[in-house]
Amino acid sequence: MNSDPTAVTISGLTKNFGPTHALDGLDLSVRTGEVHGFLGPNGAGKTTTIRILLGLLRADSGEARLLDGDPWHDATELHRRIAYVPGDVTLWPNLSGGEVIDLLGRLRGGIDQHRKEDLLRRFDLDPRKKARTYSKGNRQKVGLVAALASEPELLVLDEPTSGLDPLMEETFRECVRQQQREGRTVLLSSHILSEVEALCDRVTIVRSGRTVESGTLAELRHLTRTSVTAELSAAPEGLAELSGVHDLEITGTHVRCEVDTPHLDGVLRELTAVGVRSLTSQPPTLEELFLRHYEQRSETSTPEGANR
Amino acid sequence: MSTLRGTGALVRLILRRDRVRIPAWILGVAVFLLGSVATFPVALDSAADRQARAALMNNPATVVLTGPGFGQRDYTFGAMVANEMGGMTAVLVALMSILLLVRHSRHEEESGRVELLRAGVVGRHAPLTAALVTVIGVNLVLGALLGFALPVVLPELSTAGSLLFAAGLAMVGTVFTAVAAVTAQLMEHGRAAVGAAASLLALSYALRGAGDLGDGTLSWLSPIGWSQRTRAYVDGTGWPLLLGVALTVLLLFGAFLLRSRRDEGAGLVRGRSGRATASALLSGPFTLALRLQRGVLTGWTIGFVLFGAFVGAIGEQAAVFVRENEMARRYFEQAGGADSAETMIATYLSLMGMVAGGFALQSAGLLRAEESAGRVEPLLGGTPLSRSRWALSGLAATLCGSVLVMGGAGLGAGLVYAGTSGDPSNAARILGAALAYLPAVWVLAGLSTLLFGVLPGATGLSWLVLTGIVFVGMFGPLLRVPDRISDLSPFAHVPMLPTEEFTPVPLLVLAATAVLLTAIGVARYRRRDTA
Ligand SMILES: Nc1ncnc2c1ncn2[C@@H]1O[C@H](COP(=O)(O)OP(=O)(O)OP(=O)(O)O)[C@@H](O)[C@H]1O
Ligand SMILES: [Mg+2]
Repeated sequence: MNSDPTAVTISGLTKNFGPTHALDGLDLSVRTGEVHGFLGPNGAGKTTTIRILLGLLRADSGEARLLDGDPWHDATELHRRIAYVPGDVTLWPNLSGGEVIDLLGRLRGGIDQHRKEDLLRRFDLDPRKKARTYSKGNRQKVGLVAALASEPELLVLDEPTSGLDPLMEETFRECVRQQQREGRTVLLSSHILSEVEALCDRVTIVRSGRTVESGTLAELRHLTRTSVTAELSAAPEGLAELSGVHDLEITGTHVRCEVDTPHLDGVLRELTAVGVRSLTSQPPTLEELFLRHYEQRSETSTPEGANR
Repeated sequence: MSTLRGTGALVRLILRRDRVRIPAWILGVAVFLLGSVATFPVALDSAADRQARAALMNNPATVVLTGPGFGQRDYTFGAMVANEMGGMTAVLVALMSILLLVRHSRHEEESGRVELLRAGVVGRHAPLTAALVTVIGVNLVLGALLGFALPVVLPELSTAGSLLFAAGLAMVGTVFTAVAAVTAQLMEHGRAAVGAAASLLALSYALRGAGDLGDGTLSWLSPIGWSQRTRAYVDGTGWPLLLGVALTVLLLFGAFLLRSRRDEGAGLVRGRSGRATASALLSGPFTLALRLQRGVLTGWTIGFVLFGAFVGAIGEQAAVFVRENEMARRYFEQAGGADSAETMIATYLSLMGMVAGGFALQSAGLLRAEESAGRVEPLLGGTPLSRSRWALSGLAATLCGSVLVMGGAGLGAGLVYAGTSGDPSNAARILGAALAYLPAVWVLAGLSTLLFGVLPGATGLSWLVLTGIVFVGMFGPLLRVPDRISDLSPFAHVPMLPTEEFTPVPLLVLAATAVLLTAIGVARYRRRDTA
């Protein structure tokens, strides 16, 4: 397997489509052996980044390295070592799903038939149907089986589960975990936060073609606020002066506030100093965490906000 | 009639969606018919010329391909129009009807858009009714247009005869609209519905061909036969049209019955399932390209073999006709050569070479079609297949296909001509003559590849070039187009075998041009974004 500590390294990547700045200095680093979540609002540039990594598009500027190769120049050699599932798998209408899987496998130099059979069973996919007759979810399964059966070093998945039912979503998660156990690296772009939470070791959040955050989920949580509600023995004083406290509401001895997570310690000290009768604290939900990153669009209005 | 609610709105929606397509079909059919009719007086000025033409048409191959030949004793322009144009135009009108109807019924349902509408206030039978109303309406408009325009284009044609002739065409279109309405209920997929209706159309053309060759009984089983049996321009009679009306009513009754018995999206005939694993043959981009064009290639090859056989059969008779017809002789002399059967065959072969350019464009155009459908992405992005190997494999399939198509034409013509002339060596000579057009055909494939690499969105422009080539090739000699313009066509440089002498240089230059265009196209494709 690849001994290089990073499977994907991108820095300062830019790509324009005419007047649209699809990528505007994007950074991304995926460590070997991890499942890396790639998140961001619609039109943020995730698919564009992935298509550059696959050598389908050429970057305007910036660095991109994939398994220690150049995604554009070394495309064919690199593709032996990676597998890819697009968000909308389009198939040749008059080929059956089984034929498509075998064809893609043969182009890679053959796939393990047992692995394929096992995946077909787990995804409950009928390989005899003509691609024209597959539903959206079943088309997606054809792409997934072809990719997962192929034993690559790196799996690039762009919203791979769009259209899958919850049962199949669970099967997909098991498969990704298995891939990780077998030592493979996964780059997973997704809008399904529970999927990201269940699978990803680290995530990168992009917006308007730029990386806004990157790290483990715990680290990202740390960057947000915890909401605290407390019943105290007496009315508190000086809470408002503490740094990291927001939206403070005091009604008699009842306190509600939002606290920047790194400042939680100081705030709790202050509360216990007054005397705590009851206390609930809530870490931010994943939704809140992402919404905060997704929504800043309006606050820091970049010219790329004019992304058509 | 709550099941029909919303029909009016749907008709308006169809007309709006097809505001280009429907006029384009009407215009296309009108130009095909009226344009051909307009050239009749150019080549056949005198009654004697037309009588000679009648004699030429009176042979089995032509009867099968065109019509029963009513009014051959006094072969007026009207009799000519009905006999020589009626069958083909009817096929065109029927195809238009089938494609439009399936597009607005089964294809719509397949895409799920009908579901969206039905969930609103639209009644169950409204989508099918709206499609029927529109397509039958298109047939009536087209019929009226042709009926009134024919006498304008060619004043010798009577108004009554023209209206009857055009009514026959509209009747065939209406019948096949109803046929398609039935197949659209039976089949789960639009393509299958079109295929089934088109097969019935082919069958009805074959039935009338067999009937016209024999005692005419079989022709009475075919709507196209009915339209020809109105004997328009000869001693016209309208009642066969009623057979068409009756059949339409019957078919529509069946279609609505079927419609009310099936679920949304379902068909009565289930799609066939395919293989669970790929055969050993489907292993790379070349075999994939062949597989994707299997149907197209089969169709082109069969068509070219048949047309080649037809050319081989009429070669001798046509040569006699040209010898006796002043205008036609001038035409063929300018097109290059003596008045023998072989000149005739050579002329037809050059025409077929140009038409085979259409195959090359369709086949090479698959590169762009696959790219814009998003189907290359998993191949190029997820497997070690390189762009140049993918593109060149597709073009290799085009090359093999073109050999098959032109080879089929050459074999068809060669074998039949060898039979009629009693000289077996003619088969090989005619086959060689047909294959000589391949380098010119490849230039067109090269042009398509060049556009694909440089201006992918404009790959379709190559069809415009082909239209120009065919036009100059067919009408250039007649319209005295200057050489420096007609020489732009690659086909102008192919020696007209077997009558002209074989010269390898122009063929080599054409082949080199094709290679160069392809190389530039593929090189540019390797460097651009996949769109
Ligand atoms: N081929 C193209 N031509 C023009 N603009 C494009 C093209 N591809 C992408 N874009 C634009 O680039 C921007 C980034 O698109 P991209 O598909 O990478 O977003 P995404 O993050 O994958 O979004 P989503 O979550 O909706 O999949 C968008 O503004 C999009 O409109
Ligand atoms: Mg995307």
